[in-house]
Amino acid sequence: MRGLFLPILRHIRNDGISLAALSQDRYVSSRNTFAMETANSPNISPLDFASSPINKTLSSEQKVRHFRQMTQIRRFEQAAAKEYTRGKMGGFLHLYIGQESLAVGAASLMGENDHMITAYRCHAHALAVGMSMDECMAELFGKATGCSKGKGGSMHFFAPDKNFWGGHGIVAGQTPLGLGLGYGLKYKGLAGSALCFLGDGAVNQGAFHESLNIAALFGIPVVYVIENNGYSMGTSQKRSSAYKDCLAQRAEAYDMDWDVVNGEDFYEVRAKMHIAMERARKESKPTVLEINTYRYYGHSVADANHKKYRSPEEIEKYKRDHDPINLWKQRLLDEKILTEESAKEIDNESKKQAADSVQFADDSPAPTIESITEDVYWETDNNTEASKIGRHFFND
Amino acid sequence: MREIEYRDALNEAFDEELARDENVVLMGEEVAQYNGAYKVTKGLWEKWGDKRVVDTPISEAGFIGMGIGASMLGIRPVMELMFWSFHSVAFDQLVNNAACCRYMSGGLINVPIVMRGPANGGTNVGATHSHTPEGLFASFPGLKVCSPATAADAKGLMKTAIRDNDPVYVMENTTLYGIKGDVPDPADGDFTIPLGKADIKREGTDISLIAHGASVLRCLEAAEILQSEHGISAEVVDLRSIRPLDQDAIIESVKKTNKACLVDESKPFCGVSAQITTLIQEYAFDYLDAPIKRVCTIDAPAIYSKYVEPDQLPNAKRIVAQVLTIASSGSVS
Repeated sequence: MRGLFLPILRHIRNDGISLAALSQDRYVSSRNTFAMETANSPNISPLDFASSPINKTLSSEQKVRHFRQMTQIRRFEQAAAKEYTRGKMGGFLHLYIGQESLAVGAASLMGENDHMITAYRCHAHALAVGMSMDECMAELFGKATGCSKGKGGSMHFFAPDKNFWGGHGIVAGQTPLGLGLGYGLKYKGLAGSALCFLGDGAVNQGAFHESLNIAALFGIPVVYVIENNGYSMGTSQKRSSAYKDCLAQRAEAYDMDWDVVNGEDFYEVRAKMHIAMERARKESKPTVLEINTYRYYGHSVADANHKKYRSPEEIEKYKRDHDPINLWKQRLLDEKILTEESAKEIDNESKKQAADSVQFADDSPAPTIESITEDVYWETDNNTEASKIGRHFFND
Repeated sequence: MREIEYRDALNEAFDEELARDENVVLMGEEVAQYNGAYKVTKGLWEKWGDKRVVDTPISEAGFIGMGIGASMLGIRPVMELMFWSFHSVAFDQLVNNAACCRYMSGGLINVPIVMRGPANGGTNVGATHSHTPEGLFASFPGLKVCSPATAADAKGLMKTAIRDNDPVYVMENTTLYGIKGDVPDPADGDFTIPLGKADIKREGTDISLIAHGASVLRCLEAAEILQSEHGISAEVVDLRSIRPLDQDAIIESVKKTNKACLVDESKPFCGVSAQITTLIQEYAFDYLDAPIKRVCTIDAPAIYSKYVEPDQLPNAKRIVAQVLTIASSGSVS
């Protein structure tokens, strides 16, 4: 049997089933042995993932650091949203606010041979792997000091030196690339994992299904992480996806392991991500994880309708009861490794950093016209012999 | 010099590059155990094994994207499209991820992949299998495109493409796979041909026939007829590489002959020949004695019927007829 799988009734979630209620269901996939131990007992309390092996190893300093990272990400994005409305940046701005525990939880587990790739809602992943607020804000502003020299924008942050491969604008277009990162690891004989994030809207793209098939067929060490915030742009899950119990269940058809994760619980995100990453590293097998989460803002800041396709009450409920940063803060208060004062201090420092990054971006120079044709070809950028043969650019 | 088939020249290129660089891996549908739909990869799986020569499912977006992702970690995938026509189901990977990741990362990433396969009409397989997208892909900055006409060019360009650190799309031709040509013996050393270097396949003085791929062979046939029946000396310029493009070779030839006829199996609207036309008018305007002429594939989806498809494509008869509109017998200088 593939899974002890109790109904999640995900399709009514948007009518009021909370993430917390979902998390108390026993949705457990078969090879998730950690959760299986307690899943069959009828009278147990909800699993506390604080006791999972990977979380037991977390030091107090690390726990506080992850609180700081989540806070920094939120303050960075709030500052970005403000500057966006002031006309400081062009294009789109897809905010991750409400989902911070996912990127930070995943990044907290990455080692030398673990790689990350995501879609266009990429600021949090970038900051979580260690990119600076300055280079990220400057990129949003379209400045030469941006992480992509002002050539990528909000949807296209990259940091190969930190094993972060974007930042991709086309829904599900990154899913075969994530497969390729895993393929590269396997080809080189490295025990690692490729973490490929996608939204719940991406699960209906063909490229994703092609990737799942190849991942299972070839035994690729990739973890597909569906960040399920309930809406593919303005279309709710029940209006966009056909499914039985949840989206990750589609992995079943590819004979692939999968699990559902309550994204508001930082411990649970880490615990289940860790299991999937270990499966990749040690067994060279793929996993699909569906992490339930919620975004407070629209699909992008330009999404003026986001309070029409969902109710203000729904948004407020998540902010009040399911905010991953507040819940993590409460955990750390309960564990007595954080105080209200120290939390406030971290928050203030994060705000200050975000404000400083706005200043940095504002003060930075724009790219030059000449730079437009740089970074197109590796050979011309490096002025190789090959680049001197024939015409590469066809300008006026 | 020894004569080998175009397909075997490609096969030799793969074999040599698999030996040279352990990160080179061949991928595609039927390339391994089946020996390739056109036997271009024959024997390589047997020699190099599962790791280096990989059969993929029929999932062009999936495996091409996988190759692109792997190339970011230093793997050098050489991926076959059984027909280049199948590019359409992988277009996002081919033009967004392969072409733009370097740019959007501000130069932090490069994508050293080779995409290859046949891109041609003339085999009566209908419109969906007869696309010639060299101009299409050459229009995306970040991509390189070449289209070899002979066995030697096929080998030399393929080896260069594999070593190049940018994505190179090699357009082969099913009608050329079985054609033999002189190819240097591997014992005589490493044989490569640079991208961006045209080749004068026949020297002439009266008109420049500028082409790539199989159209080069049609030009050579036409040049014979023009010489023997009309006393016209045609020069045949084989572009070999579309992007980078050997603009100097084109302009020099036109400056010498003062007339140009572009022969291009892609469609006339915004095809490769349209780009070359604008370069000639810009850089050799004062040298032209006649309007630039073109012989392209007749502007409709590829027709199936074997009775007329040969005439939809550029052929010697159509080339001669077009040349005679600007360079009639006896009037040439």
